Amino acid sequence: MKPPPFEYHAPTTVDEACALLASLEDAKVLAGGQSLVPLLNFRLARPAHLIDINRIAGLDRIYERDGGVAVQALARQAAVEDSDLVARVCPLAGAAVRLVAHRVIRNRGTVCGSLAHADPASELPAVLLALGGHVVARSTRGERVIEAGGLFHGVLETALAPDELVVEAWFPASPVPFAIVEESRRHGDFALAGVVRAADRLSLFGVAPTPVLADPRDPTKGLSPSGDLEATPEFRLHLVRVLTAKAFAA
Amino acid sequence: MRVNGAAHPAPSDPRRLLSDHLRHDLGLTGTHVGCEHGVCGCCTVLLDGAPVRSCLMLAVQAEGHDVTTIEGLAADGAPLHPVQQAFHECHGLQCGFCTPGFVMSVVGLLAQHPNPTAQQIDEGISGNLCRCTGYASIRRAVVRAAELSK
Repeated sequence: MKPPPFEYHAPTTVDEACALLASLEDAKVLAGGQSLVPLLNFRLARPAHLIDINRIAGLDRIYERDGGVAVQALARQAAVEDSDLVARVCPLAGAAVRLVAHRVIRNRGTVCGSLAHADPASELPAVLLALGGHVVARSTRGERVIEAGGLFHGVLETALAPDELVVEAWFPASPVPFAIVEESRRHGDFALAGVVRAADRLSLFGVAPTPVLADPRDPTKGLSPSGDLEATPEFRLHLVRVLTAKAFAA
Repeated sequence: MRVNGAAHPAPSDPRRLLSDHLRHDLGLTGTHVGCEHGVCGCCTVLLDGAPVRSCLMLAVQAEGHDVTTIEGLAADGAPLHPVQQAFHECHGLQCGFCTPGFVMSVVGLLAQHPNPTAQQIDEGISGNLCRCTGYASIRRAVVRAAELSK
């Protein structure tokens, strides 16, 4: 077996999932599994319990709400990519989701899962931040809205409590002009650096422990990105400047 | 779950990956496993008609769903599936290790884009790694598969 031992739970309602999250120690939510299952296969993640929400019916809607688009927890990235509503109301989210991994991954991966996973090089958290969107988190204690600005705490760390389930993400309508530009070694790879423009707002990804808002006139101010085999810190700063210029040239 | 049209019980152990279930429990070894963490694309199968990585799914998650593996594309002795035929004609393979994953991804790509542009082809196969061919003949095979599928 590749994954470490875990106890498997497959609730069929949101209430049941929240009750499990409230009662179990060391539980992880399994949605699309495109980030969690690799971590399990590497045994980097060893949760005692997996709560598979894929059996919950009616949690895969993409609908218009408050002038923006709400994407529920089981809406696959591919469905967001193909959504006429997303294309009409929030084309920035549609453009961003096309940069997430590959179609084969997006057929399973979810938008809410990407946000809850909070990989610093991931596109969707930066889009949510640039647009000023939010997620709706549910627990047995009730429901609360977590604004994008307060959601991302660190590498793979968010404001979500261990007993909370993200039931939907809300993306405001994208303003004009908008852009998402990134540099990666191959199409679908994690970006070495990327920028999101929503009118005058700029957010960056891949260059800090979380997505960050930046000043378009001085986008690298205060940044100290890490270096790895793919890119030095200096190269990442260079990319931020070039990509920001591209995004604001449009 | 139904695999290539036949009903099979899900494995009793929820830790069983779908890829391992197909290969070890059902003997469907046409689905190859390379990296086993979602990067190489070798283990791609169709879940309800859409290509997915079988190494990134637990087999129990396929309960109630239709799984199609490379063995399910064409019956023994029957003509090859158009995508298989195109890979054969265009020499879209050398060692063949990555081929089942490529074929399943391309089946999905052509379902989404029956007449793919060069960019759609590149994006459509970008999730599959081949270390032999350099991709040129694979790209040709995708174009040919689109012709054969009409």
